[in-house]
Amino acid sequence: MNDLAFIDAALTSARPQAVGALLRYFRDLDRAEEAFQEACLRALQHWPQNGPPRDPAAWLIFVGRNVAIDEARRRSKEQALPPDDVISDLEDAEGALAERLDGAHYRDDILRLMFICCHPDLPANQQIALALRLVSGLSVKQIARAFLVSESAMEQRITRAKGRIAEADVPFETPGAPERAERLAAVAAMIYLVFNEGYSASADAAERRAPLCEEAIRLARLLLRLFPGEPEIMGLTALLLLQHSRATVRLDADGNIVLLEDQDRRLWNGEMIAEGLALVDKAIRHRRRGPYQIQAAIAAVHARAGRPEDTDWAQIDLLYAALESLQPSPIVTLNRAVAVAKVRGAAAALAMIEPLAPRLSGYFHFFGVKGYLLMQLGRTQEARVAFDRAIALANTAAEAAHIRLHLDRLMKNAADGSSAGADLAGRHG
Amino acid sequence: MLYAILCYNDEDVVYSWTKEEDDAVMAKLDVVHQKLAKQGKLGPAARLLPTTAATTVRKDREPPLVIDGPFAETKEQLLGFYVIDCSALEEALEITRELARANPGGAYEIRPIRLFLPGSAAR
Repeated sequence: MNDLAFIDAALTSARPQAVGALLRYFRDLDRAEEAFQEACLRALQHWPQNGPPRDPAAWLIFVGRNVAIDEARRRSKEQALPPDDVISDLEDAEGALAERLDGAHYRDDILRLMFICCHPDLPANQQIALALRLVSGLSVKQIARAFLVSESAMEQRITRAKGRIAEADVPFETPGAPERAERLAAVAAMIYLVFNEGYSASADAAERRAPLCEEAIRLARLLLRLFPGEPEIMGLTALLLLQHSRATVRLDADGNIVLLEDQDRRLWNGEMIAEGLALVDKAIRHRRRGPYQIQAAIAAVHARAGRPEDTDWAQIDLLYAALESLQPSPIVTLNRAVAVAKVRGAAAALAMIEPLAPRLSGYFHFFGVKGYLLMQLGRTQEARVAFDRAIALANTAAEAAHIRLHLDRLMKNAADGSSAGADLAGRHG
Repeated sequence: MLYAILCYNDEDVVYSWTKEEDDAVMAKLDVVHQKLAKQGKLGPAARLLPTTAATTVRKDREPPLVIDGPFAETKEQLLGFYVIDCSALEEALEITRELARANPGGAYEIRPIRLFLPGSAAR
């Protein structure tokens, strides 16, 4: 590791604020990005000798703005100013710089930059790609690698997304409270998309995509630092941390899904769990429940259980019930059924999910859960049909392999004449 | 004399380190920790979770107000601390310099300790 790695980290962490502020000055995304790039090049020339400034973002905004203004002047008047003047002026001015920059805009600049990536006209995969490029500063090559597409395809995707944003009106006025809340919700959803893009990866892609999960956590922490009293942002951050704490044991060496019940809990990441649990505690104090908080609370119940049999399924049932009432969805009910099976038995759970069949007829997990429940009830033939259907609908090879494992167990148990005692925690893995 | 060494850094930057960078810093710091421990100078030490996990109780009203986030909004945040046993400020400074070499960026505050309770927490 060398100093350049840490300068790189400083540039990365300063990026959202700097690009956000430059966007406000220039009201043009391309100009803002170019100015930031130029400022970064100068930082790489100057910081290794002089050390990074105390406020890297302020330095980058100041330099980026001057360079761009200078450039515009040069273009219009053909009257070049030596760029080093800008820099030597800056060295003296740096102390007072942080004060002179308008700190009041800090929060809204970053929120705006994140928010324009969430434009409703943009499909989810374009939102994610744009956020990784604009806010996180990942290179097109890095993003392409994470999405398993070619660099040119990703370049096109990002260019298209930027084009749409340029056509749309970027809101530059300082938002009022309702607009701010709206932006915050959109940005939270986008960060969750980034995380899921990394989380739902299949085994062969998992390693390449894990950085997306880490980046989503970084963005969530950043958002929470801007809005420290927002329980839903605490919930979001906690949810991502608690889910990611199990990342290394979620798949085995062969890329097969390891169920929550079978995971070696000593290998869960204790630091992430501690932070996630702390945030859940903080969020609950506000008594303003929301979907991220409830999902984080469910993840927290699992995280708190030292052994699978210590899991408080009744609590999970209650939390899913709360989520159902807040955000009714057949998938939430399906997940609740897993807890219900633990608390009230497979028959009750099966009764709960049967009405979902018309809406979930193309959903892998529906048939997976249905198969387990039928298997528990000893309805072997029906269980086989459900499992076969699940395999046909599997999104990844790992999902299919996982169901096949249960099918094998089913066949074996049927042969042994014993009843199957399979677990049901498929969705919680 | 016991001293507290309070470690400040820009947490945005620290949390932008990759896992490899973070591990490398911790490994370098650990060399210093081991040395201090062997010399019998290392007291309790802690690395704190990010300030987003912090809660502040303000006593400027009754009942005291519970606020999310750190006590002070500053460029650098308190990210951890050491308690060390050393003869005088010069030695505390020397130790701090060693820690500083292992850890990029930030600042340290050295504060002599007035009252020290070793504590009885189980972990």
